[in-house]
Amino acid sequence: MIAATPAVVRVVLPAALQLLFHQCPQETEVTAATVTEAIDALDACWPGMRHRICDERPAIRRHINIYIDGVRATLPTPLRQGGEMVIVMAISGG
Amino acid sequence: MSQRVLLLVGTRKGVFILEGDPARRSWALRGPFCEAWPINHVIGDAATGTIFAGGGNAWFGPAVWQSDDRGASWTHSSAGLTYDAGQDPVASVWSLARGVGCLYAGVEPAGLFRSTDGGQTWMPVDGLRAHPSRPHWQPGAGGLILHSVVPHPSDDQAIWVAISAAGVFYSADGGQSWVARNQGTRADFMPEGQRYPEFGQCVHSLVMAPGMPERLYQQNHCGMYRSDDAGARWESIEAGLPSSFGFPAAAHPRDPETLYLVPLNGDTVGRYVPEGQAAVWRTRDAGASWQALRDGLPARNAYFGVLRQALATDPLTPAGVYFGTGTGTLYGSADEGESWTCLAQHLPPITSVETMVVDR
Repeated sequence: MIAATPAVVRVVLPAALQLLFHQCPQETEVTAATVTEAIDALDACWPGMRHRICDERPAIRRHINIYIDGVRATLPTPLRQGGEMVIVMAISGG
Repeated sequence: MSQRVLLLVGTRKGVFILEGDPARRSWALRGPFCEAWPINHVIGDAATGTIFAGGGNAWFGPAVWQSDDRGASWTHSSAGLTYDAGQDPVASVWSLARGVGCLYAGVEPAGLFRSTDGGQTWMPVDGLRAHPSRPHWQPGAGGLILHSVVPHPSDDQAIWVAISAAGVFYSADGGQSWVARNQGTRADFMPEGQRYPEFGQCVHSLVMAPGMPERLYQQNHCGMYRSDDAGARWESIEAGLPSSFGFPAAAHPRDPETLYLVPLNGDTVGRYVPEGQAAVWRTRDAGASWQALRDGLPARNAYFGVLRQALATDPLTPAGVYFGTGTGTLYGSADEGESWTCLAQHLPPITSVETMVVDR
């Protein structure tokens, strides 16, 4: 069931993102209604994190994916109570 | 208290710092820093000791990193390093420069930002992207990048920038309005009859002569040039060089007549040092004549290039000269380029080299 109001979700962060924010755990919880709001909540805890995950189009950065309960999401994707948001880095580079 | 030179080295995989002994003979390497991000430019502020590193990560976007303890710890910020919603986002920081009371960042896609709080937050210098030529700017092989930022040393309103491949632009009013300053520079890649346009030249690097703010040098995709009137008119100074093609230029710390270059063999034939023989080229007469400096550099089988920000001088006497190769080797000279030694090998591809003198 999709929550019309903010929901508490578990967020899993990639290791390379943790490295950029030294007090940041691998897993945390936020209260948010959408992916955008969840990222805002992360940014409130670790200033600057939003711009690492999103660009100013605005959109999730090209080489980052966000999955909500196992399904690839975009910024407006709604969250459900008890759900899981996993931030994944693309396999890219050389 | 002895003075030591720090070499600030940007690479495709992080920042490295080399600290020299007082004689600049032996060097200690530290790094990689900045979480192995691709870093395009590293500069130091000798007055404060702060080191700034600009780059961009394919995953996480652009950032300016900074260290107040010579690289032991770093923070990063991109607050304000954004264009308006709907535009192509800022991908990476390409060039950093200290201005009068501020710090500048040139970025890709080409634009200029200014920070007045030591790199914590940034504001766009909007006038540049409002220039009527902006819709016609074309990217070079490295992207549409603002790679050279040259603030006037005492006039906080005067600044030059260089964009590949849009050319040189000048502002006399702190960045509110800009004029193209490309008269006399060629665009050989354009159709015949259109090779001296107002803008669109592929400038590769832009530097200012010490003590002569009206004298600028530029290495261009199509030639080497000097201007003695703040860029209003450019004169070719490529006669005597082995090639009209190259990327970096580095001014001497005190002599406005002396300039260093690393010409490459050409844009379609490999872009490495001519004949596989490494040399830095130096003029002592503002480009009227050139001398190859080869002592200690590979005399054969050298197929490297040197990127646009990877050649630098230090302010000591005699001046030190340093360059890093696309193959991850760093060379240095403690005698104005007369002789060279290899300072480091097997680094990632080197994108930039700058110097900072510290007391120790």
